[in-house]
Amino acid sequence: MRTSYREALRQALHEALSDDPRVFLMGEDVGRYGGAYAVSKGFYDEFGPERIRDTPLSELGFVGAGIGAALGGMRPIVEVMTVNFSLLALDQIVNAAAVLRHMSGGQFSVPLVIRMATGAGRQLAAQHSHSLENWYAHIPGIRVLAPATVGDARGMLAPALADPDPVVIFEHAQLYNLEGELPADWRCGIRRAAVRRPGSQVTVVTYGGCLPKAMAAAERLAAEGIEAEVIDLRVLRPLDMETVMDSVRKTHRVLVVDEGWKSGSLAGEILARIAEDGFYDLDAPPRRLCSVEVPTPYARHLEEAALPQAEQIAAAVREMLNA
Amino acid sequence: MLDFKLPSLGSDMDEGTLLEWKVKPGDPVKKGQVVAVVDTSKAAVDVEIWSPGRVHELLVEIGEKIPVGTVLMTVLEPGETAPPPAERKAVPAAGRRRISPAARKHAESLSVDVEKLAGSGPGGAVTLADVDRAAAARPAEKPPAAAIRQAEMRRAIAAAMGRSKREIPHYYLSETVPMARAQDWLTQANAGRPLSARLLMAAVQLKAVAAALKKYPEMNGFFRDGAFQPAAAAHIGVAISLRQGGLIAPAIHDVGDKTLDEVMGDLADLVKRVRSGSLKSSEMSDPTITVTNLGDQGVEAVYGVIYPPQVALVGFGRIAPRPWADNGALAVMPTVTASLAADHRVSDGHRGALFLAKLRECLQAPENL
Repeated sequence: MRTSYREALRQALHEALSDDPRVFLMGEDVGRYGGAYAVSKGFYDEFGPERIRDTPLSELGFVGAGIGAALGGMRPIVEVMTVNFSLLALDQIVNAAAVLRHMSGGQFSVPLVIRMATGAGRQLAAQHSHSLENWYAHIPGIRVLAPATVGDARGMLAPALADPDPVVIFEHAQLYNLEGELPADWRCGIRRAAVRRPGSQVTVVTYGGCLPKAMAAAERLAAEGIEAEVIDLRVLRPLDMETVMDSVRKTHRVLVVDEGWKSGSLAGEILARIAEDGFYDLDAPPRRLCSVEVPTPYARHLEEAALPQAEQIAAAVREMLNA
Repeated sequence: MLDFKLPSLGSDMDEGTLLEWKVKPGDPVKKGQVVAVVDTSKAAVDVEIWSPGRVHELLVEIGEKIPVGTVLMTVLEPGETAPPPAERKAVPAAGRRRISPAARKHAESLSVDVEKLAGSGPGGAVTLADVDRAAAARPAEKPPAAAIRQAEMRRAIAAAMGRSKREIPHYYLSETVPMARAQDWLTQANAGRPLSARLLMAAVQLKAVAAALKKYPEMNGFFRDGAFQPAAAAHIGVAISLRQGGLIAPAIHDVGDKTLDEVMGDLADLVKRVRSGSLKSSEMSDPTITVTNLGDQGVEAVYGVIYPPQVALVGFGRIAPRPWADNGALAVMPTVTASLAADHRVSDGHRGALFLAKLRECLQAPENL
């Protein structure tokens, strides 16, 4: 069935709310307004204000409330509008949710799901266009997901809710309007990366909003006779390096495409692990394509120039193959 | 600053392939030092430099095929300092060659010499594909590689010998030389020697040729540009047949000025190095006359083809006991047929005959050689 990324997220939330009375949704404008990205449209009327809770503009407060509810046996889904607002809740996420199991000797678990939009490309300017997934992927104690397909948008929420520990889900702002085929069996795990396109000559590792760009680049390259394998990380913490390394051992070349800034990026972490474990399998220096290290511009042409694009991905691959 | 050019390593050589550099920029070099190894159609040859100095810049890459006369490297003369960088030509980036880790590992597992491969990757890096290509080329090439080399050598010999017979008006002379005195003397000389230090008749014959050349220098030298250029010393090319077919005739230098023991040592060394394929450029280009010796396995006499631009070739057949008239009676005498093929543009039969007679005479007094 053909559907949109937004609709797939909506269905997943609807299912969770319908199936488990412990599940509730909380966040800014999720209720009466229907969600900043309209994911929870209609839920307020259907499930009522007890389970679709509009919050004050205080991320520190309502994320903390979500942690408390999770400790108390509920299965809260907290929506933080965009990743930049989550910076206000970093103390709750990093210093409470992520560590309580450890600090209580396993007595407490925090079965909390935090959803947030991430990424640039919608002309939301420097304050609402970050790609800070790696900040969370750095923290032990939480699982970080990046659904990049309609299938993952539909399938990832259920296992995230079933996880006894906090899970942060990043929904890329450019993907909400993405349309795609929802597989008949959309159920999925939240442990493994996925090979989205098989290829033999170069591995392109990416996640989130850059996946459609990498797929488009691979399509163009295929027309030129270059077979690129595209890997969607899906899970940013803990990283599934097995899938990545299997691919690199096959293609011997790797390009990581990451919308984050290059310095201290997830792409850097992945390349470091490849260099550590796969040095002798590499037939070309591993490469990264990341966003230009500037505050994200507002002007459309400048914003586009600052982000990794399909043509740059294809060009980087050609260079690696000397093609 | 000197330009060091690829020398001609024999008249049949037009080009060579650089196999190895033995020096790098900044290395001091001295006269006679081996600086590179070049593959000719006949053998891998160590190329020597004849001017002292310091290597400035290597201009040819390993694996490149280059014509004779190509500047291989520039050399700073003693006392000369490097020109300021502004005047220098673009130098390929120094440092380690770009070989991908996977290519290096793969090459090791396939026993491919990765350092000798040309790279097709970004920045000229050697990649897995380059190693695979080299490995794939190898089995198909291994038996044929020897065949190709043989074919090349055949072509080289054909070119040189064809040219010789087209250009050089040969005349041939031969003389039967009694060898009893030489054999007796050799037996005596070898009596007190360990096996490894024993002299061979071939060395005695070489010394005898050198002695005869002193008196008849028109057999020793080159015919070039329509004129004979006599050589000051006798650098005798020794024809050595190769196991895989073909032959090569590198020089033993200054045979006339060396002792018999030295010549013997040089001969043994040369044969060993021909078989292992490590000859020096001077040995390839310097012979002023060639001696071919059929030895024990040979036939009675050999009438050779002169190796241009040389002007003479001396042949020795098999030494064997033969009927010999001595003081009116028939006796048995070990003899050898010494022959001379000479260039009629340079010498006449009369002088050639005197040369052979002198050679015979020299072999009757081996103790004087």
